[in-house]
Amino acid sequence: MKIHEYQAKVLLSEFGIPVPRGGVATTPAEAKRIAAELGGKVAIKAQVHAGGRGKAGGIKAANAPEEAEKLAVQMLGTRLVTHQTTPEGVPVSKVLVEKAVSIQRELYLSIIVDSASSMPVMMASEAGGTDIEEIARVSPDKILKVYIDAAGFQAFQGRKLAYGMNLSPAQIRTATSLMANLYKLFHAKDCSLAEINPLVVTAEGALLALDAKLNFDDNALFRHSDIEQLHDVEQEDPLEVKANKLGIRNYIKMDGNIGCMVNGAGLAMAVMDLITQVGGRPANFLDIGTVNNTDRVVAAFKVFATDPGVKAILVNIFGGMARVDVIARGIVEAYKQMDIRLPLIVRLAGTNVDEGKRILAESEVRFIETTDFYDAARKAVEAAKGGGK
Amino acid sequence: MSILIDEKTRLLVQGITGGEGSFHTQQCIEYGTKVVAGVTPGKGGSEILGVPVFNTVEIAVKETGANASMIFVPAASAADSILEAADAGIPLVVCITEGIPVLDMVMVHNYLKDRSTRLIGPNCPGIISPGKCKAGLMVGDIHLQGNVGIVSRSGTLTYEAVAQLTSFGIGQSTCVGIGGDPLPGSNFVDILKLFREDKDTRAVVLIGEIGGTTEQEAAQFIKEKMTKPVVAFVAGATAPADKRMGHAGAIISGSSNRAQDKIAALADAGVFIAPSPAEIGLTMKKVLEN
Repeated sequence: MKIHEYQAKVLLSEFGIPVPRGGVATTPAEAKRIAAELGGKVAIKAQVHAGGRGKAGGIKAANAPEEAEKLAVQMLGTRLVTHQTTPEGVPVSKVLVEKAVSIQRELYLSIIVDSASSMPVMMASEAGGTDIEEIARVSPDKILKVYIDAAGFQAFQGRKLAYGMNLSPAQIRTATSLMANLYKLFHAKDCSLAEINPLVVTAEGALLALDAKLNFDDNALFRHSDIEQLHDVEQEDPLEVKANKLGIRNYIKMDGNIGCMVNGAGLAMAVMDLITQVGGRPANFLDIGTVNNTDRVVAAFKVFATDPGVKAILVNIFGGMARVDVIARGIVEAYKQMDIRLPLIVRLAGTNVDEGKRILAESEVRFIETTDFYDAARKAVEAAKGGGK
Repeated sequence: MSILIDEKTRLLVQGITGGEGSFHTQQCIEYGTKVVAGVTPGKGGSEILGVPVFNTVEIAVKETGANASMIFVPAASAADSILEAADAGIPLVVCITEGIPVLDMVMVHNYLKDRSTRLIGPNCPGIISPGKCKAGLMVGDIHLQGNVGIVSRSGTLTYEAVAQLTSFGIGQSTCVGIGGDPLPGSNFVDILKLFREDKDTRAVVLIGEIGGTTEQEAAQFIKEKMTKPVVAFVAGATAPADKRMGHAGAIISGSSNRAQDKIAALADAGVFIAPSPAEIGLTMKKVLEN
């Protein structure tokens, strides 16, 4: 789960990591008031769940409260398009107004779990800022790494990174404790990513988290209700939000016309690969999951019905933990609840397949049956070409 | 022979009294697996499906000589169950549970580092050695005993591959689902090593996915040390670009984790690449015929 920059900075503060003074505004008047309180010279930052804001005009400097107000008028209520968003962009409902900082150096600091070593790794670099990925690619030696084992983050690891970034003697201790605090936050809140970029050295020589990104492990949200409350659904695709509300966690909207309902993420991706190979375009990725529950199948069809792009539906189920008979019952139930006129292609195999096929065959549901994976994709592509509502 | 499980496996099920646990335990028993014990704290002394239930893994092992465990407990306490099984000295733990927090798995990896327990999963369909033993969710009757090993990150896509192989009369020695989590207990290389040593395995099917770099590590191993032919498919070539996790994900993996890069690495290592997910069986058939 992602949160906004202003929310991340509140958490950083709670864990003793210094951030610029500032406040969040939902109206231009508020932005003006906050800017005045901060002395007039401020940065106005659009609060969206996407990177690349600076280059897209989502971060601007103001020299006076009136200018801050004007910039807030330009940003609030619009949609920001960056290289990380869809062409429609994401809505800007809040701006962060922060006291301007005079910057001496821009550093990089982050923590992520490294799957190769199964350990959290803290990465640091002197070359902070927007080009960090390019620097990592061209000169990986400029990225310093320390791996954190069962003993937890140690002061010597902090010193290793701090000296490696050529911090001044006076900054070493501050940097080391800042790193220890970032690891504390990462661990305490089950982050999947904690990134400060840039971590700046101000003209006065202080360390400050100028921008921050915190992502959280969805699987651990059950033990962090405080984090769950920070969720901003406005930043997500409305169809994905709807799917989520209906109990489908693994749904990603795409721009094709074949609605796919598949069990298992690997098989769902393989179905998308196959549809593309035979000349079609999937409308979504949808892993129905392993819960044996007709409600969730009905929910999937509700999502298809809401997506105007869907011209045909492909159901490909290879039952294992998911039982085919339950899936079949769910399809029948969906057709009872909704008037679905899209062509439906069904391929069923695995646990309780015979019972599943019987249920579908004896129902009112009209569908094209196929027993072969490849054939299912081909028929769906054909149906989508001639299909419509 | 086969790897990890066979006729001598004495299976214990943690979470045997839950809905999924009891359903799949029954399926395993029907397949012929020797399920010797179940563990559910608080239900010790009872019996389910003719299997004695114990309060702790330690007692269950002492009483029944269980030498493998299959875990069905909910995500919030699954890590604890893995540790309990390892503490009791069980050499093989298969964790089916999905949704375990990543930092719980970091802790599990730390705990297992100096122990001999091998963990398969979590978030996996388990293991089957056709005709001998099943410790997982897969449908038994699509399998056929034979000489092709399968190792996969995906559950249902593995069933697909198995069904294709079986339809060509190509049997399987052992099918191992290592699971789709970012921190699996065992990775491709761990299982490839076992297949390399297994007399009954002539060739291996490897099924990968986008994300991480475990396919690249497998490619490196295959290039340098694998003595048997490998057929591979990597799912997700058309998946939407991974929802970005800041810069750190791209920095840590160094190389990209797209399907195309994984396929290129595997092909470079001499792996036979299945052109589509519907042609995994066919690709293996051609390899075996040559």
